[in-house]
Amino acid sequence: MNWSDWAQNFLVVAGIGFVVWIVMHGSRSDRWQRAWSRLRRDKVGIVAGLAIALYLAIGALEMIQIPTGSGGSATILALLLRGIPAEDTYSAPLASTSFSLAKPKPLHGRHLLGTDALGKDVLVQTLRACRTALIIGGMTSAIYIPLGTLFGIFAGYFRRWIDDVIQFTYTVLYSIPEILLLISILLVLGEKSLGKMSLALSITAWVSLCRLIRGETMRQTERPYIAGARALGQSHWNIIIHHLLPNVMHLVLINLVLGFSNLVLAEAMLSYLGVGSPIGTASWGNMIDGARGELSREPAVWWTLTSATAALFGLVLALNLLGDSLRRAFDPKRG
Amino acid sequence: MFNYLLRRLLYAPLIIAGVMFITFLLFFVVQKPETMARNILGKRATPQTTYDWLHKRGYDKPLFFNVGQTRSAPDGHPFASRGLFDTVFFNQMWKLATFDLGVSDVSGRELNEVFREGALPSLLLMLPAYVAGFFMATGLALYLVFVRNSALDAAGVFVCVALMSIPAMVYIIFGQAVVALSLNYFPAFGFELKDWSSMRFLLLPVSLIVVMNLGHDTRLYRAVFLEEIGQDYVRTAQAKGASNSRLLLVHVLKNGMIALITFVVAHLPLLILGSLLVENFFGIPGLGNLLINAIHTSDLAVVRATTFLTSILYIIGLTVTDICYALVDPRIRLS
Repeated sequence: MNWSDWAQNFLVVAGIGFVVWIVMHGSRSDRWQRAWSRLRRDKVGIVAGLAIALYLAIGALEMIQIPTGSGGSATILALLLRGIPAEDTYSAPLASTSFSLAKPKPLHGRHLLGTDALGKDVLVQTLRACRTALIIGGMTSAIYIPLGTLFGIFAGYFRRWIDDVIQFTYTVLYSIPEILLLISILLVLGEKSLGKMSLALSITAWVSLCRLIRGETMRQTERPYIAGARALGQSHWNIIIHHLLPNVMHLVLINLVLGFSNLVLAEAMLSYLGVGSPIGTASWGNMIDGARGELSREPAVWWTLTSATAALFGLVLALNLLGDSLRRAFDPKRG
Repeated sequence: MFNYLLRRLLYAPLIIAGVMFITFLLFFVVQKPETMARNILGKRATPQTTYDWLHKRGYDKPLFFNVGQTRSAPDGHPFASRGLFDTVFFNQMWKLATFDLGVSDVSGRELNEVFREGALPSLLLMLPAYVAGFFMATGLALYLVFVRNSALDAAGVFVCVALMSIPAMVYIIFGQAVVALSLNYFPAFGFELKDWSSMRFLLLPVSLIVVMNLGHDTRLYRAVFLEEIGQDYVRTAQAKGASNSRLLLVHVLKNGMIALITFVVAHLPLLILGSLLVENFFGIPGLGNLLINAIHTSDLAVVRATTFLTSILYIIGLTVTDICYALVDPRIRLS
């Protein structure tokens, strides 16, 4: 186990810890507590939240490296699933022979969701692809959430030329159709990697958050408590961090959850277009891309496409539903 | 009013200039012209062929300001300079401003001609999908608002969110495999522009685009109509004894439409995305197909020109919408 594995583990734990800290910190405010008491009674929201937690847990198992006996390292998920044998080629779910009409061969084991062209278990691939989706979503959010929030607050609080510059920047970015901007950035950056994809996605993702926060900040600055804070001689920085930020944080949370679902979908789409995840990475987009020709085989190979889509669908649906529940919980009048 | 129109009209060229600058930044600064040349000419390119390629396109000139230095001239003699602004940047800007899109990097064809050829098939695909999708989504949204706060409404919203959570390509893969290949209702591939019989090639792709966007649109329009229902004029109409259907179909629909128009225009880029994949799958020789092929052959000239053209159309669309708003809505007209 080398230092980069440890660094990766550290980043994963730090990232999860940071999110927990933010939520704990935010939950002290009245608004968050009222929202939580409403959310608790929202069954759909709770089920969606639990589903997301399951995806996060699977993703974390695949992200954390632990040392193996022989001095190497492997992810926890890989160790848990190492008992599943590899086959030579396609096999249908729960089949006992491989997928070939001419001369089917007996399989080494049973596969709940069958195997793909290279004989890899589809269920294992689907579970491992969780990691890619979460890395893309997590890294992109880690870049665009702070940027979008701060720029939005700056634009709404300072107004004048700062507002003009920020507004102009995002209007220009917004004027380029998102998918074309993403494709252009990724093609120009060359060599595919998850980091580059996150960077490209954050360039397009901060725009909507920034607009939202700017508007809300403008509304907040009209209210007496900001004027009061100013009259008491508080610095701009103090007002932004201690007064404005806590009052827009719930919008950031809702945007984070709903934005995450878009990021997961975007990852699949970009991988499918051939500018996303590097070849060989287990990702739902790559699996769907590979499954494109398989449906027209005779008989059709449907299980790769189905399991990748089902896994992706589950995560995106849960995120969308939780996002809606959060919005209702924070703003019951406009649910 | 006049002031507003003038400001809005002057803002559009500014945004277009911003888009031009961003595309330039991406395609000429982030990615150096030399890299571009090497990618296209392949590994066997000599310095001389690389230089010739750059020289033919004028990419061997300085990037921003011509103060007499030369770049990448292997034989050492400086090129004839035509003043401070004879640079890649200003030449590109001038070309874009005069809609001279240049030639494809791979096939060497004039892009203006290529785009003109692709526009008609794309339009034949997009326009019916756009109109049909708008009417279906509006109708469904109105119905959901009609039965608001019931179990049917909740179920409808859930179905919308579920439809949104499936990636676009899964609809297409599935539609093509099941409806066209297995059931053989429609041709699975191909296009020819003759007479009304060309319709059979378009029917399935058009319906797929409609279904793909239905969930997102219906949910959005429902939210708009619900917002309208809460307004005072609705209560007044109710108090005067207007029936529920009259309320929705006359009052809410009419006022909600104003808000919908922005969404409809803002939705255009999403449509481009839909048709992008659909055209590629069904072999329709439109702009989306062109772009996908350009991605696969890394034909950056095509990607650059597509990005620029779509952005321009989008900006024009948004500006026109804003102006129409100003003409219709007295609150903007009088401010």
